[in-house]
Amino acid sequence: MTINGTAHTLQIPVWTTLLDALRLRLGLTGTKKGCDHGQCGACTVLVDGRRVNTCLMLAVMADGAIITTVEGLGGAEGLHPLQAAFIQHDAFQCGYCTPGQLCSAAGLLAEGHASTMEEVQEAMSGNLCRCGAYPNIVEAIMDVIKQKKTHATV
Amino acid sequence: MRPFELVQPETLGQAINYLQAHPAAKMIAGGTNLIDLMKEDVEQPQMLIDVTQLPMADIVVTHDGVLRIGALVRNTDLAYHPDVVARWPLVSAALLAGASPQLRNMATTAGNLLQRTRCSYFYDTAAACNKRSPGQGCAAISGHNRIHAILGASDQCVATHPSDLCVALAALEAVVVAQGPSGERRIPFADFHRLPDNNPELDTVLQPHEIITSVELPPSIYAAHYDYLKLRDRRSYAFALVSVAAGLEISNGTIVSARIALGGVAHKPWRDSEAEQALIGKAPGEDIFATAASILLRDARPLHDNAFKIELSQRAIVHALTRAVSGSQRSLSPELANRPLQ
Repeated sequence: MTINGTAHTLQIPVWTTLLDALRLRLGLTGTKKGCDHGQCGACTVLVDGRRVNTCLMLAVMADGAIITTVEGLGGAEGLHPLQAAFIQHDAFQCGYCTPGQLCSAAGLLAEGHASTMEEVQEAMSGNLCRCGAYPNIVEAIMDVIKQKKTHATV
Repeated sequence: MRPFELVQPETLGQAINYLQAHPAAKMIAGGTNLIDLMKEDVEQPQMLIDVTQLPMADIVVTHDGVLRIGALVRNTDLAYHPDVVARWPLVSAALLAGASPQLRNMATTAGNLLQRTRCSYFYDTAAACNKRSPGQGCAAISGHNRIHAILGASDQCVATHPSDLCVALAALEAVVVAQGPSGERRIPFADFHRLPDNNPELDTVLQPHEIITSVELPPSIYAAHYDYLKLRDRRSYAFALVSVAAGLEISNGTIVSARIALGGVAHKPWRDSEAEQALIGKAPGEDIFATAASILLRDARPLHDNAFKIELSQRAIVHALTRAVSGSQRSLSPELANRPLQ
C-alpha cells in the first residue's frame, strides 16, 4: 500500500486492523485509537480518497490502496488549509480527536455534499469530541469551504 | 480479535465452495459490523472469505425500469447515485439517515441486509442471549429493554433489526437475489428477514451456502410522495427507536397506492397490507393516516421499558405520511430529506 506518497510492503497477521498496522508497524501514531469499535471516528484516514474508520478495516483488505493519514495532510512546513483553520478557530482542547476530525473534514471537502453549517454538522457526525469543541470545529471547516468557493469563483 | 484464516476468492463459485467446505467461515466485505462483533468475541469465525473481489459492485437500471444493486455497492455510492436520488429517493434518504459518512463509505448493500441486532445483551458475552448462544435464555426480556421490539417478538428474543436501508427496501418491495450451490434464488424482501420464534439465531432465510449477489427494486412509483422519518435519542449517528418509510401514489387528490414500513420495532421491517389498503381510494389526511397507523400497530405489545414506542410509532407514521403528501414540492437533496422533525 502507498501511505502519504510512500510505498510500503508489510508482512502482518491477517487479523491486524489497518489502524494497528499504521500505528504499531509503521509508527504513524497521528491516527488515534479511540473506541476501536467504529463509534468515535478518531481513527479516520482517507483510503483511495475516501474517509473510513481504520479500526474496522483489516489491513490486508487495503492491499494496494492509496492512504492518506493526518501526517500526509500537511506538516509544520506546510499546513493543510484545514489544519490552519483548526488552529485559527481553536478547534480543539485535548487534541485526541483532531487527526480524525481533520481527515474526516478532508473527506467531507472531497465529497462536496456539505456547504451549510447544518450539513457540515451532519457530515461530521461520525467524529466525536469529548471536549465538546464542536462549534469551533464546524466554524473551521466552514471557513475552508468558503475559501474553496472564493478561489473557485475568482 | 481471535486469529483466523483469510481467503480471497476470485469467482462466485470459489466463494460458495469455501462456504461449503468451511462451516465456521464467514464472508466479509465492508466489515463494519463483523469486525466489531469479532472484537467483542460475539462472532468467532475460523475463516473469513473476503468477497470484495467478486464482480458484484454495479448499479444498473434495466430497460424495464428495474434497479439492480450489486451486493458490494457501498452505501455512499448507492445513496448518491443519480438514478437512485431521482427515482428511488426513499432509498437515499434511508441510507443517509444511518451510520456516519465513514461507515457508509465502507458498508455494502448485502452487508446492510445481514447486519446483526444492536441489542446490548447480544453484544455482552456475559449475558444470556438466545440469538448469540441458542438455549441460554434472553436477558433483555427481564432487563433494560427500552430499545427492543414491540411487534413480532417471541419469548425467546425481543431484538430489533437495526437497518434503515432495509425499512426502505421493505416498503419498496425489493427482491433479494442469492446464489447457492444449486443455482440462483429470488427472495421477496418481506420473506427475507425472519421473526425470532424459537430460532432467534437465524436472522434471515439465507441458507448457509448462499451468497447475496444483488438486490432488485421494481420500477419507481413513489419518487414524488415519499418520506423516511427516523426518530432516535440524538440528532444524528444513532440507531432508530422508531423509523418510518412511507410512499404514496396520489392521483387527482386520491391515494392510489400506499406503502408503510416501520423500523426499530421488530426483528424485521414491519408492514401490514391492511394498513396500506385502508388508505386506498381516500383523500390524504390525518384521520385516515391515524387509522392506517392503528392497523399497523394493532398487535403491538410493550415490554416494561418501551411502551412509549407504540405512541411514538403511531405519531411517526402520521407525520411521515403527512410529509410524504407534500413530498413533491420538497427538495430531493438527500441531506434535506432527513431533516429533523418539526
